[in-house]
This record gives sequence, C-alpha cells and structure tokens, in this order.
Amino acid sequence: MIGLISYLVFFATVSSILAIAVLGLNLQWGNTGLFNGGVAAFFGAGAYGLILLGGTVQADHIGGFELFYPVALVGGILLSGLIALVVGMLTIRLRRDYLAIATFGVAVAFENLMRNAEWLSGGAQGMRGFERPFEDSIADPFVFNIIFFCFSVLLLLGVYLFLEKLIRSPFGRLLRAIREDEVAAKSLGKAPNRVRLTAFVVGSMIMGLAGGLYATFYAFVSPQDVLPTLTFQIWAMLIVGGSGNNQGGILGAFLIWAAWTASGWMLSKFAPIEAQLYTGTLQYIMIGMIIVGMLLWRPQGLLPEKLIVSQ
Amino acid sequence: MIQHLLDGILVGSILSLGAIGLTLVMHTLRFANFSHAELLSVGAYAALVFDGLFGAFYSQLRSTIEPLSLTWSLILAILFAMIVTGLSAILIDKLVFRRIREKGDELSMVFASFGVAMVVRNLISLLFGLKSQLFSNDIAFAIVISRDPMILVKPDQVFVLIASLLVMLLFHLVLSRTTFGYALQAVAENPVLAQITGVNLSRMFRMIWLIGGSLAALSGIFYGLNNQINPVIGRDLVLPIFAATIAGGIGSVYGAVLGGFLVGIASNLALMILPSGYSPAVPFLIILGVLILRPNGILGEARA
Repeated sequence: MIGLISYLVFFATVSSILAIAVLGLNLQWGNTGLFNGGVAAFFGAGAYGLILLGGTVQADHIGGFELFYPVALVGGILLSGLIALVVGMLTIRLRRDYLAIATFGVAVAFENLMRNAEWLSGGAQGMRGFERPFEDSIADPFVFNIIFFCFSVLLLLGVYLFLEKLIRSPFGRLLRAIREDEVAAKSLGKAPNRVRLTAFVVGSMIMGLAGGLYATFYAFVSPQDVLPTLTFQIWAMLIVGGSGNNQGGILGAFLIWAAWTASGWMLSKFAPIEAQLYTGTLQYIMIGMIIVGMLLWRPQGLLPEKLIVSQ
Repeated sequence: MIQHLLDGILVGSILSLGAIGLTLVMHTLRFANFSHAELLSVGAYAALVFDGLFGAFYSQLRSTIEPLSLTWSLILAILFAMIVTGLSAILIDKLVFRRIREKGDELSMVFASFGVAMVVRNLISLLFGLKSQLFSNDIAFAIVISRDPMILVKPDQVFVLIASLLVMLLFHLVLSRTTFGYALQAVAENPVLAQITGVNLSRMFRMIWLIGGSLAALSGIFYGLNNQINPVIGRDLVLPIFAATIAGGIGSVYGAVLGGFLVGIASNLALMILPSGYSPAVPFLIILGVLILRPNGILGEARA
C-alpha cells in the first residue's frame, strides 16, 4: 500500500513539474503563436543552472557555489531567460518558422555542449553533488517526497494563477490580438515583435523553473535529461490537452506522462525479451501517432481554448 | 587543411541534394518540414532492400564496378529507391500535411512534421533494427593523392561528388530550360498567380514532393555509401540541412546548393579548431551567424 502511494506521489510530482513546462509552452504557442522547437534547452538551462549554482564543490568541473536554494533556482531561471532573449532577438522579426528552426538548433547545441564540456557540466556523466534543501532534517524519504510534491504543486498552482491573470490582462489581450491579426495590432500603435519577445522570454523562464524543480527532485542532471525527446513530450502534452487552455495543458501533462510510463511498464512486463530493446521505439511511434492524430481530428485538444472577453 | 576541405566539399554535395528538396517545400508549402531529413533514411534503406533483391535474383549484377565498391545492382537500386522515396513523400503529404494545410494553419504543419519524423524514424528502427548497416562489406581503399600533406580520397567519394554535381546540373537545366521548370518557379514565387495562369497547383505540389523526395533519397544513399546506414541518419542530418537552406536563402534552389557546400566545408574546417564531439553544434552556429549577418540568406529574398 505504502509502495503504491509512494509511487503515485512520485508520478504526480514528475507530472506536476512537466505541467509547469507545458504552461510555459502554452504562453508561447497557445497564447502567442510562437513555435518553440527547443523546449529541452530552456528546461535544461534551468536544471543545469540550479545545480551549477546550488551544488557542492566537485573536483572535475566548475560550479559548487553552494548558493542558497531560491537564489540558485532563480539563477537557473535567469539563464533560461537569457538564452531565450538572445535567440528571440535574432529570430522573432523574421519568418515565423525561423524561430522553430533556431530553437531546435539551440536544443541540439545545448545538449551537445553539456555532453562535451566536461569542465562545465561534467560531460556525459552529468552533474551530481546537489544537496536537496531540508533533506537532512527530514529523515524519512517518504515524508520528504510528499513535502516536495506539495512544493511542486504549489509552484504549479502559482504559475497557473499568474498565467490566468496575465492572459486576462491588457497584455494577454494584446498577445491574442497579435496572434490573430498582426497588421491590425500594428495599426493601433502596438509593437508586435517586442510583445512576442516578452512572451517568449517569460515562457522560457517558466520552462527553466520546471527544469530547476526537476533537477532538485533527482538531485542530478545529465545530457540524457535534455534530449529532443523531452521537447516532443512537452509538445504532445499541450496539443492533447488543448493549446490556449492552461487547464488543458495541465490535464495533457498528466495524461501523456501516464500513457508514457504505463506503456513503458507494460512493455517491460509483457513484451518478449527481444522486443524490450525496442521499448523506446514503440513509445515514440505511439506518441507520434497521438500527435498527428490529434492535429488531424481534434486540433483544438481535449479542452479547447476559451474565448475570454476581458473588461 | 586540404583534406578537411575535400571532405567538406563531399559532405557539402550530399547536404545540397537534401537541401534542394527542403527549400522547395519550405518555399511553396510555407512550413519548416522537420521530417524532410527522414526521407534520407527512407531512401537509404529502400536502396539497401532493392540492392539485396536485385543481387539475389541476378547474380551477375553483384559484380563491382572497378575501382568503386558500387555494384550494378546498387546503381539500379538507387533509381528505384529515388522513385519509392518520392512516392512516400507524396503519400505522407496526402495522409497528413495536405489535410492540415486545408485547415489552414502553417505552424501546425511544423508540429505535424515533428510527429511524422518521429513515427517514420522509429518505424524504420522497428523494421530494420537499430544496428548500423553497410551497402558493401568490402573494404574500400583510399587512394593517396599526396603524402605531404597527407591527402586521401576514396574512389566512391569521387563518384558521389561527380554524381551529385551532375544531378544538380540536370535539375538546373530542367528549372531554366523547360516549361515545367518555369511553372515550378512560378509556383514557388506566387502559388495563386501561378494557378491563374493555368498551372495545376495540386499536380505541382505532388511534383515538388516527388523531386524533393528523390533528391533526398539520393542524398541519404550517398551519405550511407560514405558513412553507414542507420535509423538516425535523419536525426543527425536535419539540422545541417536546415542550416544549408537558411544560409542559402529559403526558396532559392541555387542558394540551397551553395548553402550545402558552405555547411559541409565549415563543419569540416571546424574540426581543426574544435574537438570532434562538438561538430553536431556547428550547423547551429552557422544558422546564428547567417541570422545576424544576412537574415534572408545568401540568395534569398525578404518575405513575411
């Protein structure tokens, strides 16, 4: 019984963390129409940033500044924002799919740098030596996991409320206006590219927060955590849940993560040994089919975007 | 230095073939197709299958063409693979992209192409296994061109370079000398206007997929000939091909060729200053450089 509960807590913690990243993507894609093909890089910047700033001293790479936890977390978030600012400034004024390609490239380059720059990130072995706050004072790991779960859900709730407020504000109206008709927005004296850049940077910082929480939870980060697969999963969550709808995004995060872990578990349990090697392959085909199927038959997702008339 | 330059020119010719198709699709159908590079894998595996089939039925086809490691059956297989890949590109468009296009959202197509790439790549892994394969298990010896500095070239590489250049020349002649070529350019420039002048738009779209797919197949086969064939060819080449397209300017076929050589040469020259582990990141640096210096590419025009 306690095993099942502790597994459910584990599952719900990871889902909530991924849901935060989905909310960040929803601000970019759902509300603003910006295609971010490199979610993994912004998530990863938050994760690596946190461990670099908040971890203990390690012999083989820089870092180990042992900063106070919130400071380290914010540091990771700012790193994500900085990368987003540079990429955004270069691409947002160009053809819309340039951003997709450039962000996809950022993710490839980021993973490549983390895998190779051993002095910076510990290379393929990843970064260890992070002490989770309060881990010493809470002896029971089960209690710790429950507390961390509450912490993640609280942050998820915070991000959700912030974004709901944001999209109902004049700024949110402006985002939708630009998404729907850029020329009309321009004619009213708005600066679409600046607004887009703001939404892009804020969304990426939210992904950085998710990455920081993820790294806190595992007290570890490696290039395996920032593969392009992650980008794909986060996107699947948003499309299935309903882009433009924050509740949909959260729902999608839980559903897709459940489908992903359940399919992995079933394949490892029931599939013949020879097929085990292809577990990942089968899972990717499944997720790929879900995405293409959703786009073809229910592009608005499970919970469609609600039209908001803000006063 | 010269060795790196030669290798770069070779890789460049392979990338150019892939980039021509991508630039056509990106310009006429107006979306960044992340699944284009998977057509390279489709082509390489199709050639592998046809090569095996022809070799099994007509054993005299298995003799190699000296001094290359190529067999006659592979040459034949290349032609069949190009057709099959072109047809699969049309099929994918029919099943997925056309339906989403009709709903009207261009960026949804970008995302659909992510999904298609994932499905195609993993279906290939499932069908052919994750292990790398080779067209020929014979060891191809390189010819020493000079000892100081050491320069080595394989006969196959010379064949690949010449064949790529010939195909590009052929495509150039089609584009600049035939009615079909003019129609293709017209569609790329302005689809609606082209339609008014009597161009059958949906037929032209099919032709674009057919051409893009078969050139991608050729690119994938040549890549496989030069390295090895595995299911992640598409994943490894998607960024270099995008870099070539952006560097050349989206929509410009000649730009794509130029961009392909630029990316190939730059990636190989980068090996002189960067450890080889970093080479997958070089195309990204090229994209950044192009966006800073010349956002519309070398031969591209500004368009929203």
